[in-house]
Amino acid sequence: MINKFFGFFVRHIDPFLITVVALLLSIGMVVLYSASGQNFSRVGGQLVNMGVAVTVMWVAANIPPQHMARLALPVYVVGVALLVGVALFGEVSNGARRWLHIGVTRIQPSEIMKIGVPLTLAWYFDRYEAILKLKDFAIGAIVLAIPVAFIVKQPDLGTALLVTSAGFFVIFLAGLSWKILIGIGAIVLASLPVLWGMMHDYQRQRVLTMLDPSQDPLGSGYHTIQSTIAMGSGGLFGKGWLNGTQARLDFLPERTTDFVFAVYSEEFGLFGNIILIILFVLVIGRGLYIAANASVLFSRLLAGAVTLTFFTYAFVNMGMVSGVLPVVGVPLPLISYGGTSLVTLLFGIGILMSIHTHKRLVKG
Amino acid sequence: MLLRLPSRMRFARSRSGFRPRNRGVELRHDESALKNWIARVAFGRPRAGFRPQASGVEMRDLARELERFHWRLAVCAAGVLFLFFALMLRFFYLQVLQHDYYMTLAEANRISMVPVAPNRGLILDRNGVVLAHNYSAYTLEISPKEAGPLDTLLDELGQVVDIAPRDRKRFRKLMEEHRELDNVPIRTRLTDEEVARFSVNRYRFPGVQINARLFRHYPNGELASHVIGYIGRISEKELAELERRGVASNYRGADYIGKTGLEGRYEAELHGIAGVEEVETDAGGRAVRTLRTTPPLAGNNLHLALDLRTQDIAEKAFTGRRGALVAIEPATGGVIALVSRPGYDPNLFVEGIDPQNWDTLNTSTDKPLNNRALQGVYPPGSTFKPFMALAGLELGKRRPDYAISDPGYFVLPGVNRPWRDWKKGGHGTVDLHKSIVISCDTYYYGLAQELGIDNIYRFIGQFGLGKATGVDISGESTGVLPSPEWKMRRFKQKWYGGDTISVGIGQGYNLTTPIQLAFATAILANHGIVYRPHLVRQVEDLQTSERRTIEAQPYSSFSLSDENIARVRNAMVDVNKPGGTAAQAFRGAEYSVAGKTGTAQVVGMKQGEKYDESKIAERFRDHALYIAYAPAENPKLALAILVENGGHGGSAAAPIARQVFDYFLTGKEPAPPKPQEEAPEEPEHD
Repeated sequence: MINKFFGFFVRHIDPFLITVVALLLSIGMVVLYSASGQNFSRVGGQLVNMGVAVTVMWVAANIPPQHMARLALPVYVVGVALLVGVALFGEVSNGARRWLHIGVTRIQPSEIMKIGVPLTLAWYFDRYEAILKLKDFAIGAIVLAIPVAFIVKQPDLGTALLVTSAGFFVIFLAGLSWKILIGIGAIVLASLPVLWGMMHDYQRQRVLTMLDPSQDPLGSGYHTIQSTIAMGSGGLFGKGWLNGTQARLDFLPERTTDFVFAVYSEEFGLFGNIILIILFVLVIGRGLYIAANASVLFSRLLAGAVTLTFFTYAFVNMGMVSGVLPVVGVPLPLISYGGTSLVTLLFGIGILMSIHTHKRLVKG
Repeated sequence: MLLRLPSRMRFARSRSGFRPRNRGVELRHDESALKNWIARVAFGRPRAGFRPQASGVEMRDLARELERFHWRLAVCAAGVLFLFFALMLRFFYLQVLQHDYYMTLAEANRISMVPVAPNRGLILDRNGVVLAHNYSAYTLEISPKEAGPLDTLLDELGQVVDIAPRDRKRFRKLMEEHRELDNVPIRTRLTDEEVARFSVNRYRFPGVQINARLFRHYPNGELASHVIGYIGRISEKELAELERRGVASNYRGADYIGKTGLEGRYEAELHGIAGVEEVETDAGGRAVRTLRTTPPLAGNNLHLALDLRTQDIAEKAFTGRRGALVAIEPATGGVIALVSRPGYDPNLFVEGIDPQNWDTLNTSTDKPLNNRALQGVYPPGSTFKPFMALAGLELGKRRPDYAISDPGYFVLPGVNRPWRDWKKGGHGTVDLHKSIVISCDTYYYGLAQELGIDNIYRFIGQFGLGKATGVDISGESTGVLPSPEWKMRRFKQKWYGGDTISVGIGQGYNLTTPIQLAFATAILANHGIVYRPHLVRQVEDLQTSERRTIEAQPYSSFSLSDENIARVRNAMVDVNKPGGTAAQAFRGAEYSVAGKTGTAQVVGMKQGEKYDESKIAERFRDHALYIAYAPAENPKLALAILVENGGHGGSAAAPIARQVFDYFLTGKEPAPPKPQEEAPEEPEHD
C-alpha cells in the first residue's frame, strides 16, 4: 500500500534529474542565505517558492506529452491574448510594463511564453513531420515573432531572449536548412551597419555601453564592474561562505537574483564555478539524452528546446555576471531567488521527466 | 495534396544526397525510430489529422528526419560544451590570472581610510587661564555633490531644523569657497531635539548628514582677540600652500586652519597629527565597522607669557578709544599684555563668519580687524627723546650738566625757517634732565643736528626701532627709522641737514609701531640686553608632557653706561612727578615709574600754525603716546601706549599705564571708571 502510494508519486520522476536539480536547489539556498545577508525570511520565502515549483514540476511530469501537445495551441493563444492585455492594461514597475492584474493576483504573461512558444512550435512541426516545407518554418517564425515583439516592447529583453532562443531551438532542431540559417545570419550581419547608420546618437551610445559596460561605471556598467570584482577577488577557492565582501557590503546589486552567481563565485571561487557548471552540464546532458530518445517528434523538439533554453539561462547569466555578455535580466537557473523563474524552470524539468517516463511506460 | 508532397521532398532529398546511409549509429537510430513510429501508428494520435501511411519510403524518410535531429542535437551539445568551456576560460582569467588585481579592487572597495582630525592645542595665559579651547557639537552638513538642488533642499530642511536667513547666507558664502568633496555646514550646534528630529527624517535628505565636530571656542570673546587671532575654514589657497609644504595629508578630515594671531603663527604646533581609521564601508559609503585605528595626536598647548587679567584691565582702560598697548617683561621679553582696540569676537569666525558680520567688521572706520599694536605705524614723537638723550650721552655729544637757553625755536644756519618748540617762548634754561621732564623740543633739535643722522640711525637702531621686532604674531609692520640710504631708496632723494632736525623729536620720517616702542623701552629698562618679544612662553607637548621654552636666551645685547642710563631714567621718573608731563596720571603711585609722554601729529601743520585742538575734528587730533617702565630701579614691566586721536600722552595714554602698573605691580584693581577731566594746568603738550 505504502509502496503503491510512493510509486504514485515517483512514477514520473526521473531520479537522475531530480538528484541534480535538488543539488542545484540546495546550492541556491546556501548562496541565498549568504547573499541575502543571512536573512531567514528570504530563505523561507524561497523554500515556499520551491515547494510550489516542485509541485508544478510533479504535475508537469504526470501530464503525458500527448496531452501537452493538445494544450499547445490554447496556451499559445491565451498567452498572446494576455500579452496584448499587458500592452493595453499592464502595470508599470521599474520602467517596464510586464505585469497584468487578474483578480486577486498579478501575473507575468511573458513567462508563460517561455514554455508556450516551444510547445506550440513543437506541436506545429510535429503535425507536418517529414513533410516540413519552408512555408512551415516561415509560419513557425511568425508564431515565434508575435509574442517576442510584445515582450520586447514591454521591454523585457531577458525574457525576449529566452523566448526567442526557445523558439529558435525548436526551429533549428526541426531541421531548418543550414543554407537558410546561414543566409539569415548573413542578412542580419549585413544589415547591422545600415541599422547603425539609422540610429540616433543616444541609441548608439546605449548600444555601446551595453557592449562595453566600463564606459559607464556608475550607471549600467556598475553591475558588471562590481560582479567581475567579486568573481576575480574570489580566486581559486573563494573567500568562503558568508565571507564575500562585495556581497556583504552591498557592492553587488541584485545579488540574490540576477547577480547571485557573483556572490557564489566570490565565496566559492573557480572551484565552485566548475562544480556548478558540471551540475548544469549534467542537467543539460540528461535533457538532451531524453530528447534524443524521445519517441515522437513533438517530444524530441520540446525536450531539446526546453533543455537548450535551460542552457541559455545558465550561459547568458554567467556570461553577463562575468562581464562577457551584456546585462539582460536572465536569472541563474535554479539558483537565483524568485518564484516565477523557478516555477517556469521546474515546469520545464517536469516536461523532460514526462517525456522520458511516458515513453518508457508506452514502451513497457 | 499531402500525398504528393512527400514524394517531392524525397526527390529533393535523394538528389542532394543529404547524408551517407552506411553509418552504424544511424542504423541504431533508424531502428528505434522505426519502433517509435510503429508504436505511434499503433496507438494513434488524437487530432493529428491525416497521417501519411506506413510505407518503406515513408519509414526511410522518418529515419532521415530522426538522423538529422540527432545530428542537430549533437551540434547543440557541442555548442553547449564549447560555450561552457569558453566561460570557464573567462573564469580562469578572472579568478586565477587577474585574481590579485581584483583582490586589490575589492579591498579598495571595502576599506576606506577615514582621517580623524586631531584635537587642536589649547591656548592658556601665564596663570593657566584658558584663552582658546575646543568643544564638541553636532553640525548639520551638506555634501553638495550628493545633494540635489540646494534651494529646495534648504527649504525642506528648514521644516525639520531651524535654518535662519543668516545660516543660509553663511552657507552660500561657504559654498563659494568650499573645497571639492567637502561637506559644507548649514547649521552648527544642533540641539538634541533637532538631532533627533533630523534623524527621523534622514531618509528624505540624501547627502545631508549630522556630524559631531570639534569647535574652537574663545571663552573670553573680544578679550585679547588680536593676540589669539582666529581659525577659519581652509581656503583653496591655504590648501595649495599646505600641499606645497607637503603637509596637506595631515589636514585631511580637518576643516580649520589658524588664520591670524597666535592661531595662525603657531598653526604647526596647535594642529596636531591627524589620525586614521581604517573603516570597512559598504557600497553606500557607510561605515560598517572599524578595522584599525591610528588615533590622532592632539596639538601642542601654548602657554603664554600674557597675563589675561592685566590684558583685561588694559583693554577696559581703552574703553571708548582706539589704540594699542604693548607691555613686555624686560627680563624675559615675554609679552604681558598686547592690546589693540577695538577688537572683535574671534568666535564669529570659527564656523565661518556670516556676510553681515564680515561687512560690519570690514567696513567699520574703526578698523577692528587691524592689529594696531603690530601693524599701526605712528611717529614716536617725544617718546623718542629719552633714546636721543642717551645717544647724546653715550656718544659724548652732551654732558648732563650742559644746558641750552631755549628761545622757543631752533635755527639751522643757512635755513630761514625756524623749528619751533611746542611751547611758545621756550622753556628757559634747559639741561638734559629738564629736556626730558618737560619735553623740550629745542634741546633735541640741536642735539640731532650735532649727532647727525648716521649716529642717530646707528645708536637708536640698536633699540629695534624701524625694524620688525620678531614677535610671534605675523603681520608686523617695519616702520621707519630714517637714514640717508633709506631716503634714497624710498624717495630717490638725498638727505638734507634739515631732515635730521625733526627726526630728533621723533617726527619727520620717523614711524614706529607700538610694539617697537615697547620693545625699545624694554631694552632701555634692561640695560641693552635684548630679548625678542614673545607671547608664547612655553609650548607643551601633550605626548611627552615636555615644555619647550620660547626665547629663553637674550637675542643680543649692547653695552650702555650704567651712569648714563641712570641719568636718563631719573629724568623719566620725574616725568611722572609734579612738574613732569605725566604727573597727573601717577599722582600717589606706590612705585616709581620711568616714563615719557609723546604726541604724534596726524595732520601736517605748517610751521607757525597754531594747533587748536578744539577746532579739529576728533579724527584729526594728535595721537597720544606714552612709554614707561616700572619699578624704575628694578623694572618688571615696560610698556608703550598709543591712543589714536587721544590728544596728549600725559592725559590720554599715561592713565592707562597707571592702571596696568597698579595691577601688575601691586595687584590693585582699577577703581570703577568715573568721568575724567583733562588737566590743562599741567604742561601737557610735550
